[in-house]
Amino acid sequence: MAALNVNIAGVEFKNPIIAASGTFGFGREYAELYPLSELGGISCKGTTLYERPGNPPPRVAETPGGMLNAVGLQNPGVEHFINEDLPWLEKQGTRIIANVAGSSVEDYCRTAELLNDTAVDMVELNISCPNVKEGGVQFGVTKEGVEGMTRAVRDRCKKPLMVKLSPNVTDITEMAIAAESGGADALSLINTLTGMRIDINSRRPIIRNNTGGLSGPAVLPVAIRMVWQVSQRVKLPVVGLGGISTWQDAVEMLLAGASAIQVGTAIFTDPYAPIKIRDGLLEFMDKNGVKSLSELTGGVRPW
Amino acid sequence: MKSYDSRPARLLSARELAPGIFDFTLNCPELAAKAVPGQFAQILVPGHTLRRPISICGIDKASGTLRFVFQVRGEGTEKLSRYRPGDDIDILAPLGKGFPLDRTKRTLLMGGGIGAPPLLAAAKELGETAVAVLGFRNKELAILEEDFKNTGAKVLIATDDGSYGYHGLVTELAAGEDFQVLMACGPRPMLRGAKALAESRGVPGYLSLEQRMACGVGACLGCAVALTDGSGREYFGHVCKDGPVFPMDMVKEV
Repeated sequence: MAALNVNIAGVEFKNPIIAASGTFGFGREYAELYPLSELGGISCKGTTLYERPGNPPPRVAETPGGMLNAVGLQNPGVEHFINEDLPWLEKQGTRIIANVAGSSVEDYCRTAELLNDTAVDMVELNISCPNVKEGGVQFGVTKEGVEGMTRAVRDRCKKPLMVKLSPNVTDITEMAIAAESGGADALSLINTLTGMRIDINSRRPIIRNNTGGLSGPAVLPVAIRMVWQVSQRVKLPVVGLGGISTWQDAVEMLLAGASAIQVGTAIFTDPYAPIKIRDGLLEFMDKNGVKSLSELTGGVRPW
Repeated sequence: MKSYDSRPARLLSARELAPGIFDFTLNCPELAAKAVPGQFAQILVPGHTLRRPISICGIDKASGTLRFVFQVRGEGTEKLSRYRPGDDIDILAPLGKGFPLDRTKRTLLMGGGIGAPPLLAAAKELGETAVAVLGFRNKELAILEEDFKNTGAKVLIATDDGSYGYHGLVTELAAGEDFQVLMACGPRPMLRGAKALAESRGVPGYLSLEQRMACGVGACLGCAVALTDGSGREYFGHVCKDGPVFPMDMVKEV
């Protein structure tokens, strides 16, 4: 049987399926359905130095092949995460990725520092949230912003550091290179693409924030393209996400250059999607004589 | 023991109760066994990213079925309405917090339009202690009257155009009733009226709310609702996990 394990930045994942941040809370809701140990890891809901109330509703809207969201990083703050969620999470037998966001470089650094002596396996730097007024994506759309933030957090973060990139840029490879220069250990991409829907009767945007982040199957081709481009330009391992909803999508993402994948919006359609993707991937590997994931990663044969 | 699960449920019966309003009974013994009135299901419509949150209208633990009465609101519910007996529908259920029912208290169930169906499950548990005051746009859209009567509840119907029952608002019709607790589900203006009525009587009230929703289980924080806790602190709770039924005093803006 093929081996599904993968090592990313020194962290061993039993399989390459990670629940994407913001779609899985801190895991409790889905632990009702299956043991979280079935997953390679969980990227937890974005955490900030202090509690955030989030945006007023409506926060979500369906779109063709996907959805928009503008939750606005509602979360109880990093200390609540450490004291209330982490003790439970660390008993679940899966890798824990803390997704860190903030309004200033110092916010990010202090949040990451507070996680230094915890059971968190990896920090995912969220410089790509499009739904908050301050912080988030503003650090993720210029080379200088990405490199500066990455370096500042790297200096104070003891955990392996993965930088989550925004697709809302002219050239994502520049941001990837900037993160690598800043000392990132891994990259995850893509976060959501900024979008908008309007109610034609009320003439109001459906999302109260006016704009929101597009996710779901509609964004998969963009994510595949970006992972393919980025993986050729950096040496860092890439965790691919964006619209993966089937095991075939996962294989495609690995071939594009990803070492592991995250599943997000697909969980809303089918809470069991991560498990089905894992099982389908394993079956595909066995049928095709693929013994390890490294045989798939970057295996696309471009014309 | 899973408190909710996602699984295919066989559609046993499907009929159109009124123009655009459909009545489905699904076979799902494991899910029905756990359901309580006021909870809802996230129903998968193939080809759509987000499931459709639909209230549970009936719970029959003996036959292992859940009943859903829903209105076609858009593309997803339109597709759903075309399912036929024998088809399988994937549902994630039962979700959320239901109505806190107490058979020793005279309970006013106030429903407006498609807000009436979830109250039927409550009426069935309450029996003769319930009085159901239901409002509809017109006679054609007045649904479930017989079902409510069969629970033993006292049933009063109002229509906006006077084509059936009382000509006027459910809140006016309910004002003539004695009750110790109020449960309401319907459009926002009706919920405001329900809250005002319960407040004027000095009795507790519970409101079943709607919001655009994604995960349905409390993970994504999409279906936010502005709430106030006991100390007056304001925060965003979530319809799927904290509700859909909320004590009226918690709801900041009805």
